[in-house]
Amino acid sequence: MKRDDLIEYSLHAHHNEEHGKKIRKKIWRVTALLTIVTVVEVALGAYIKQSSSIWPLVKWSFIIMTLLKAGYIVMVFMHLGDEKKWLRGFILVPYFLFMLYLIFVALWEAIAVGEAWTTYGGA
Amino acid sequence: MAGTSAQLDSKTLWGGKESPFQTSYGKLMMWFFLVSDALTFGGLLVSYGFTRHDVSVSGTELWPIGEETFNSLPFLGHGYPLIYVALMTFILIVSSVTMVLAVEAGHRMDKKGVIKWMIATIIGGFFFLGSQAWEWYHFTHGSEFGKVELADGSQAIVQGHFGEIEKFTVTKGGKEHKVGTEIKEDLMHQFQHAAESGHLHMHNDLLQIQLEDGSVANVSKKVDEDLTLIIKKDANPENIGKRYEGAEAQKKYYEALTSGAENRVIFGAKFFGDDQFGLNEYGPQQYAQFFYFITGFHGFHVFSGVVINIIILIGVILGTYHKRGHYEMVEKTGLYWHFVDLVWVFVFTFFYLV
Repeated sequence: MKRDDLIEYSLHAHHNEEHGKKIRKKIWRVTALLTIVTVVEVALGAYIKQSSSIWPLVKWSFIIMTLLKAGYIVMVFMHLGDEKKWLRGFILVPYFLFMLYLIFVALWEAIAVGEAWTTYGGA
Repeated sequence: MAGTSAQLDSKTLWGGKESPFQTSYGKLMMWFFLVSDALTFGGLLVSYGFTRHDVSVSGTELWPIGEETFNSLPFLGHGYPLIYVALMTFILIVSSVTMVLAVEAGHRMDKKGVIKWMIATIIGGFFFLGSQAWEWYHFTHGSEFGKVELADGSQAIVQGHFGEIEKFTVTKGGKEHKVGTEIKEDLMHQFQHAAESGHLHMHNDLLQIQLEDGSVANVSKKVDEDLTLIIKKDANPENIGKRYEGAEAQKKYYEALTSGAENRVIFGAKFFGDDQFGLNEYGPQQYAQFFYFITGFHGFHVFSGVVINIIILIGVILGTYHKRGHYEMVEKTGLYWHFVDLVWVFVFTFFYLV
C-alpha cells in the first residue's frame, strides 16, 4: 500500500559520479587534517611535561584542537553541515548551552568540595 | 544531504505534511538519540573533571599523567608515551572515513561500493575492540615495577628498565620444591605476587622469595637500569613531584619491596578484592573507576556499532535498500558510527592527553 503522508527525502539525496568525486576529495582532505591534528596532539602530549611553564597553553591548544576535530567530524562526516540550518541549530545550540553550564557548575563546585574536604577532613 | 532537495517557502514547510527539516523521521530520531547519548558521555567526562579538580585541591596527591600511565606497546615494552592510544585513535578515524565513503557510495546507488566500504568499517571496528582489550589487560596487570609506598609513607610511581628475572634457586624446601631446584617458569607472576604479599626479603644482600608452598628461593635477577621514583602522594604537598634517581632510587625501591609488609608495592588495578581499585598502581581509586567506566562505556558503543553495521551490511547484500531506492539506512548507522568516533576524540583528549 502506498502512503501519501510519507515523503522519502533520501530519494532527493542522490548524486552522480562527478559530484561524488568532489565529495570524496573533501573526505580525504578532512582525513588528512584529522590525522595531522592527532599527530600534533600526541607529540605535544609526549614531549611537553605537565610541570612545564607553557603547559596551560598546551592544555588549551588540546581543547581547541579537539573542538576542531569534533567540528569536522560532525559537519562533514555526519553531514550536519549539509542539513537545514534549523536542524543544525536544534541539535547544537541546546547541547552547547547545557554542557557549558554543566562544565562551569561542576568544575566550580569541585573546588569548593575539595576545599571542604581539606579543611574539615575526611577519614 | 537534505539540503539538496527542493527549496520550499516557509509556508509550505511549516504548513503540515512536509518535514520542516526536510529530512526523514528515522534520521531525525537518530540525531535526537545521539544528542541524548552525547549528554551521557558529556556527563561522564564532566564528572571525571569534577573528581580530578576535587582531588587536586588538597595538593597532597597528583592525578595520574597520561603519558606516564600509557607508555607501552605490545611486544615492544614501555617507553612509548601515548603511541598506542594514538594508534587506537587513528584506527577509529580511518573506520569513520570508510563509513562516510560507504554513505557516499550509497548516494550513487553503488551497491558494490557500499558493501566494500562497510566491510572495511567493520574490520576497523574489530581492530579497535581488540586494541582496547589489550589496553584493559595491560591496565589491569600493571607495569613491571608497580607503584611503591616508601618508608616515610609517601607513594611513588617507578620508571626505568626492569632487570629480567632469570631463575629462582630453592634454598629451603617446601611442600612442592626441594632444595637446589631451579624454577624457571611463571617467574614474573610469582615475583609480583610475593612483592604484594610482603614475601620478598633481603638476606645477606641476596634477594629471596618465599614461594606459595612455603619454600624459600634465591632470586637471580639482572640489574634494573635507569630506575627513577616520582613521588605522587605525600602528606606534605612540597614533596609532590620529587624524583629519586640512580642508587638512591634503587635503595628506596628495594627497601619497600623487601619490607615484609603487605601492599607496599601495587601492580595494576585489580577487578576483584575487598578494596576494588582502591589499591591501584596509577593514582586515586576514582581514576581506575573512571578509566574502566568511560572507556568501557565507549567500548560497548563500539561493539554495538559493529553489530548494527553487520546487520545493515546483511541488508545491503540482500538488496533491501537497493529495492527501496535509497541507502538511508547506511546513512543512519553511519551517523551512529561517526558519533562513536566523535566521543573517542573527547575521551582521548580529556582522559589521555590533558
